[in-house]
Amino acid sequence: MSAPGTGTAVGPSADGAAPSAGSSTPVVTVRVPPRSFRSELRAIKVVWRRELIRFRNERIRIVTSLAQPLLFLFVLGSGLQQLSAASTHGVDLKTFIYPGVLCISVMFTAMFSAASIVWDREFGFLREMMVAPVRRSSIVIGKCFGGATVASLQGVILLALAWTVHVPYSLSLIVGVFLLQLLLAFSITAFGVMAAARIKQMQSFMGLMQLVVMPMFFISGALFPVTNLPGWLAFLNRIDPLTYAVSPMRSLVFAHLDLSKQAEATLNPGITWFGWTVPVALEIFTVFALGMVMLGIAIWEFNSGE
Amino acid sequence: MPSAISVKDLRKSFGDFEAVRGVSIEVESGEVFGFLGPNGAGKTTTINMLCTLAKPSGGSATVAGYDVVGARDDVRRHIGLVFQDPTLDGYLTAEQNLRLHAELYGVEKALVAPRMQQVLEMVGLWERRDGQVLAFSGGMRRRLEIARGLMHSPRVLFLDEPTIGLDPQTRNSIWGYIRQLQESEEITIFMTTHYMDEAEFCGRIAIMDHGEIVALDTPEALKEEVGADRIRIETDDDSAAIEAIEARFGLEAGISEGAVTFAVPDGEEFVPRLFAELGVPIRSVSLSRPTLDDVFMSHTGTTIRDAEESDGGAKAKNKFAAQMMGGGGRR
Repeated sequence: MSAPGTGTAVGPSADGAAPSAGSSTPVVTVRVPPRSFRSELRAIKVVWRRELIRFRNERIRIVTSLAQPLLFLFVLGSGLQQLSAASTHGVDLKTFIYPGVLCISVMFTAMFSAASIVWDREFGFLREMMVAPVRRSSIVIGKCFGGATVASLQGVILLALAWTVHVPYSLSLIVGVFLLQLLLAFSITAFGVMAAARIKQMQSFMGLMQLVVMPMFFISGALFPVTNLPGWLAFLNRIDPLTYAVSPMRSLVFAHLDLSKQAEATLNPGITWFGWTVPVALEIFTVFALGMVMLGIAIWEFNSGE
Repeated sequence: MPSAISVKDLRKSFGDFEAVRGVSIEVESGEVFGFLGPNGAGKTTTINMLCTLAKPSGGSATVAGYDVVGARDDVRRHIGLVFQDPTLDGYLTAEQNLRLHAELYGVEKALVAPRMQQVLEMVGLWERRDGQVLAFSGGMRRRLEIARGLMHSPRVLFLDEPTIGLDPQTRNSIWGYIRQLQESEEITIFMTTHYMDEAEFCGRIAIMDHGEIVALDTPEALKEEVGADRIRIETDDDSAAIEAIEARFGLEAGISEGAVTFAVPDGEEFVPRLFAELGVPIRSVSLSRPTLDDVFMSHTGTTIRDAEESDGGAKAKNKFAAQMMGGGGRR
């Protein structure tokens, strides 16, 4: 073995912290166990927890992603109230919009969570996760769980605003809304992660948000009842996945209100497929199934990349 | 002792471009093995295949006794990686980065804290463990990456250009860690570099050019093989000087880095003859013992810097290849 050839000694490092002298600390040798089911669960947990740590550190993000939902709820809701008073059968427009807003707040946060994959790639951290002795599917699943959790926590803030739109609190409302938000956030994150597997630049991802997420929101019926729409819009509405999250959310919130039959029928008509009213359970299942399909595609994409 | 790394006829192509054309190496346990060559020679592609980040197009390789294709996960849990490009999470603290890594690799909980203290003290970052990585300098980040690569006591540590873009002091520190590691742990170090002076610190080196290994031995043996001393002269008429050197002395000279360069045994005795017999005015002369640069030159016919300058095409292709691999092409 060659002896160190230069006369330069190993000086203190540039940042002033001197490297420790020789063997002052005993060598600690650790062992990495073979890959197992447990190590995959652990990997999911690690990735999930990193999302939470980062969310906690980014307070600005919590505030900014609340801005849009609040604008829709209070500015649009209050502003259009005058126009719509006649047709809402006495229901405050804000109350009507509220379930939709519960959905979009989750949607934006979940998309931002998924966008962090693009960041991670740009800053190299994705590579650190990709070379670990774990399945890539665990990383993708952890990311989706992380996005879902973070988005639902964000949703809780909006849930706290229920009293401002005349929705009374109850345990079943809070639990129900939270679970629905969790499911929606999971599916949206899966969608975002699926897209992030292909998109290498943040600007492109933001473009995708504008191109896909905003239209999905507008078409979903978050801001209007989905009956008697023009044919093209009704068609788009039925193929918009978000429709199937907004509708159960509205049913859930309305179930806790004392509404007239007329108001209920006008404002929450339910989704119909060729005249057949889709049961709420099937709507929820649609969201879940789409989420799982997109998760599957995301895993496949990350596995097939080298 | 079994080989830490065993590579047989390893190949990798990207479309028509052959980045690695049949590389074979054996690296013993405990060695510091240097992988040398100009940018675009295929070093990073080779290292990526050994780290299971790229699938070989042909040939085979085992690392720490495991096949890089068939036992990918086993290879991964026995190797540590430090890439050219940063892979830290800047929003987390140094400690959070290491803990996350330890947990991802399944390091036993009770050992995480002592191991972390050991590796952080080695790279002189123990006091800064609560600092956010975004606030770290480039040198600190590289040191932290090295510490993280060691968190799980890898049997083989891969360092891809670990000192590139660093100030001389930090470069020295990093070499200090490598020597320290060699003494204190059972670890094999496989590193790439295109700094010839650093390659001298390696136990053995392989020189790679255009996807092939052109020389492989200890730095001393490689230099001895070149044998002859190297003479560089600046003249009033370089092409006339080259002709004269060939005609009068039967030596082959070339132009490298703006001066006429040639090799000759017993250089000190040759210089007086050169002045007396050349017939072309000489403005300056310098004589040097063989260096690894000369080794590189004698095997490839060009210096490493000249190779990089003229190899713009290959470099661009290499970059393209890096992008194809998705991974960490942050440039």
